[in-house]
Amino acid sequence: MGAAMSTEAMETVAIRAEGLEKHFAAVPALNGVDLDVAPGELVALLGPSGSGKTTLLRIVAGLDHPTAGRVFFGDEDATALPVQARRVGFVFQSYALFRHMTVGDNVAYGLKVRPRSARPSRTDIRKRVSELLELVHLPGLEKRFPAQLSGGQRQRVALARALAVEPRVLLLDEPFGALDAKVRRDLRRWLRDLHDRTGHTTLFVTHDQDEALELADRVAILDRGRIEQIGTPDEVYDRPATAFVAGFIGEAVKVPVTVAGGRVLLGPHGLPAPDGFRDGPAALFVRPRDLVAAEDGEDVADTMPLAVAGVRRAGPARRAELSIAEHLPAVEIELPPHVSPSRGDTLAVRFSTLRLFPA
Amino acid sequence: MSDAPARPRAEPQPARPRAVTRPARPRAVTEETTLTRRLLIATAIGFLALFVMLPLAAVFVEALRRGLDHYLATFSDPDTQAAIRLTLLVAAISVPLNMVFGVAAAWAIAKFEFVGKSLLTTLVDLPFSVSPVVSGLVFVLLFGAHGLLGPWLEAHDLQIVFAVPGIVLATVFVTFPFVARELIPLMQEQGTSEEEAALTLGASGFRTFLTVTLPNVKWALLYGVLLCNARAMGEFGAVSVVSGHVRGLTNTMPLHVEILYNEYDFVGAFAVASLLAGLALVTLVAKSVLEWRFGDALGQSRLH
Repeated sequence: MGAAMSTEAMETVAIRAEGLEKHFAAVPALNGVDLDVAPGELVALLGPSGSGKTTLLRIVAGLDHPTAGRVFFGDEDATALPVQARRVGFVFQSYALFRHMTVGDNVAYGLKVRPRSARPSRTDIRKRVSELLELVHLPGLEKRFPAQLSGGQRQRVALARALAVEPRVLLLDEPFGALDAKVRRDLRRWLRDLHDRTGHTTLFVTHDQDEALELADRVAILDRGRIEQIGTPDEVYDRPATAFVAGFIGEAVKVPVTVAGGRVLLGPHGLPAPDGFRDGPAALFVRPRDLVAAEDGEDVADTMPLAVAGVRRAGPARRAELSIAEHLPAVEIELPPHVSPSRGDTLAVRFSTLRLFPA
Repeated sequence: MSDAPARPRAEPQPARPRAVTRPARPRAVTEETTLTRRLLIATAIGFLALFVMLPLAAVFVEALRRGLDHYLATFSDPDTQAAIRLTLLVAAISVPLNMVFGVAAAWAIAKFEFVGKSLLTTLVDLPFSVSPVVSGLVFVLLFGAHGLLGPWLEAHDLQIVFAVPGIVLATVFVTFPFVARELIPLMQEQGTSEEEAALTLGASGFRTFLTVTLPNVKWALLYGVLLCNARAMGEFGAVSVVSGHVRGLTNTMPLHVEILYNEYDFVGAFAVASLLAGLALVTLVAKSVLEWRFGDALGQSRLH
């Protein structure tokens, strides 16, 4: 696991989940999840809704209890530890700020509820609150109420409140879920920055792959209560381990194909199959960059002539929609600047990467 | 948006000549014609005047028919004073009880999942759907001399029915739903995430309840208590069955009104009734103030 690990840390693992299972009235939400998070690491739990990612986060926090399995913080078995004793900083999807308290009281809450012996003095609490608000770029907003803040500001107050208790780990549930695109991008960069400065071990849940890939040291991809793959953003993006990951990451189109006699049969077209691939039905995942338009004078034998069904703009790139055969889903290709086909043309393409998985 | 090309706004088109005159302003689909609107408003006001304003005015007119002296004299009657005292006592016991029961029931229903939750939700509404007379009879059947627990109570020299405890029990039963019904929708709407946040920050369950749950529902709680109190003081049916109508001992204000009326002491009856009507008016004003000032905190259900 090539993650940013701090070498001085006594523990090599900050959070460990071991064989976690959770059943809600016989419906499994988690199905044997193992996960190690190194100290100081920023790990994303990525998956579609219902994949169990939030359940996993809540079990680590102690807000839910696993049906089976254990949770460790460092060497300590925290499975039986009540939520209050776990010292986690949890940021809720809807922020869950105390609506009847000022921003200052919200941030101070975790310090004020400590037993008298462990509670800082009133002056210290006030000082700590203003430091934390400074840290999240909201200085001087102590007297405001949550309802008077924007979504992005509330999100940062929630983070300051979670950081106030000096948590061992920081857990974020869809931290940017309720914000608009521009604010999301800014906050994403800001959170990465804050993490690099404070070095909290952080686990966050998201359904947005761009967010996970941009922000995290490692990404765990969940589906139906299992971790399908865990690795650096490059690993999961470039080398999807399972058909689910290949379909979930990147804008892949899934094309059902048949492999027979070392050939991948795509409707009327055929391609050489990877060595040792078993014959039978398979799934081919095609990302826009996996297809390359053939250059003039290139050997036509390696290419497939596909009909252009449409051309559209996708951010900085232009993409063409190509139909393989009538009964198969159309695939997309990212067009080089000098190629501009129009609808109805035929474009000769070849695969630069073949993402083939047994069906 | 600034990046969109500035498009000229649609200029007001010169009015095309029309053969028929139409309303100057196009009517919204949910809007009725002026005539329909006026008819509806008149009907509503007429109905209110006939069935609410008129009787309310009649209470005060009747009470003051023979002058202020007679009106005030009613309140120097020891039986009337006893009835007022008893009503205040019953309310003072049953309202705090229902506040505690109501908060507990609402908390359980809104914040936890458990077997029998829907049954409990239905049971909370039971006092509203049962006739108050039946509610009173149930207590007589349970605690009366020939009731289930009657012999045991008699053996221990405990008097429940036809005594203050019975009146309190009946009142508690009848007014139970007010607090719970105010709180349940609000607590459900607020969800549990604020409580969870407090717990992750190290607060104990009780501390969380005191510092997060309760402050979030305080205005709705006050609203429920207000309605609960109004009903507790005004309840007639259930209390009538269990009270026994012993003057000066088990007679509440509503029962006293009936007794005075049956004795042709109209001024007395309406004088006591005017107190109850006054209570209703105060409740109404307080309720409106709460709705106006803290509408948000009372939950969406209030605003409909």
